[in-house]
Amino acid sequence: MLDKHLSTQFDSELNGVSTRVMEMGGLVESQIRLAIHSLSQFSIESARQVIETDAQVNAMEIDIDRELSSIIARRQPTARDLRLLIAISKTTANLERVGDEAVKIARMVRSIIESDSARALPSSELSIAAELASGLLRKALDAFARLDTAAAVSILKEDDQIDKEFDGFVRKLITYMMEDPRTISASLDLLFVAKAIERVGDHAKNIAEFIIYIVKGADVRHTTMEQVEFVVK
Amino acid sequence: MPSTITLPDDAPVLKAQSKNLDFYYGAFKALTGVTMPIYENRVTALIGPSGCGKSTYLRCFNRMHDLYPGHRYDGKIELYPDDVDILDHAVDPIEVRMRISMVFQKPNPFPKSIFENVAYGLRVRGEKSVSYLEDKVEAALRAAAIWGEVKDRMSESATNLSGGQQQRLCIARSLATDPEIILFDEPTSALDPIATGSIEELIGEIKNKVTILIVTHNMQQAARVSDYVAYMYLGEMVEYGVTKDIFMKPKRQETEDYITGRFG
Repeated sequence: MLDKHLSTQFDSELNGVSTRVMEMGGLVESQIRLAIHSLSQFSIESARQVIETDAQVNAMEIDIDRELSSIIARRQPTARDLRLLIAISKTTANLERVGDEAVKIARMVRSIIESDSARALPSSELSIAAELASGLLRKALDAFARLDTAAAVSILKEDDQIDKEFDGFVRKLITYMMEDPRTISASLDLLFVAKAIERVGDHAKNIAEFIIYIVKGADVRHTTMEQVEFVVK
Repeated sequence: MPSTITLPDDAPVLKAQSKNLDFYYGAFKALTGVTMPIYENRVTALIGPSGCGKSTYLRCFNRMHDLYPGHRYDGKIELYPDDVDILDHAVDPIEVRMRISMVFQKPNPFPKSIFENVAYGLRVRGEKSVSYLEDKVEAALRAAAIWGEVKDRMSESATNLSGGQQQRLCIARSLATDPEIILFDEPTSALDPIATGSIEELIGEIKNKVTILIVTHNMQQAARVSDYVAYMYLGEMVEYGVTKDIFMKPKRQETEDYITGRFG
């Protein structure tokens, strides 16, 4: 595969916008990690930082979209180049949503701390799912940078594990709420946190699907794992 | 349940097919084993870098190469439904050109009136009825989307028209003899973007009447107007496929490198 276009300017535009996506991914990943930290340490300060970073993430999404429109208008990309640009557009939308989930977690953490019911709840048990989700996002970004389809497939598989953790956690919360109705309010907050974490895993999975789209040209959204493995093989 | 089976709109019928077509300019082999279907009422575009053989291939379809000594065809081009091999020496090239006409890169109206340009092919065929000629000329000019612009100046010289109008006149001239296939050899490379747009629009309309084979250097044009695309390189057909597949996910790396501008 010849990696260079006849137009070096086109190459540098594609590289530039890819780099911006990685920067945005890095920022969002640190945002989600900080949100998890605020949860495990009940840190109001971390929660505040997460919420503040959101404006920056949103601005990056708009910025990258503007750059994409400009490249499409001027270069009329085809085939792999076009797939890359479409995938970047969708990836940034997913990253922006991860940022929103981080903000949701931060807000819930703040609410839990303020209600002073924090210690009574199994919030530490969320940390396994949280680690899985943020790790998955990092893997998705790494795989995107290297256009690694094998890694993308393993991300799709790991997301199922996060979904299982989520189901288990929900059952546990129900037990808490039945045992002591005073924890219901905080439990609901925690349920939203768990849901946000689960969504982060879904976004990582979406990004993994776009990697397969770029490299293989096949849209594997809403297909079975067998179909995905057939495409990647 | 419907009593008859209707084929889906996109089920193509074969209009012509080249089979193992080789072509030689003297000792130089310009085409090697080109086998390709041409579907009826569809636009097939030939793309590839200069010298890849796409124009040579196109010209085989109306025996243009016969005009020069030392040129030689090997293989077949079958025309359907009568299954005739148009490269066969027994087949009269004039007859082939009646059925398969051509529009060139530069508009080439005859130095005659607008009316006579379009009527020319019919007159060559021996048509004498003025009312018939008038009807056919009007129909062809309408089909080529130029009737409104020329209907009041039919006796003016065709060379007074603008480049885009001249090219549409040449398309009308091709259409007048009711050809089965029209060959376009870079029909818009001498035209501005507006005139190019009108020719592309026209191609989309006349394909309901006629099968189209087009050579273009402009890949976006191939992407816009064609239903099928063949990528050629060094006299061989590298890849043939449905246009949207070729431009989204070609099967061959060479095709991808060319259409994404990585070719060098």
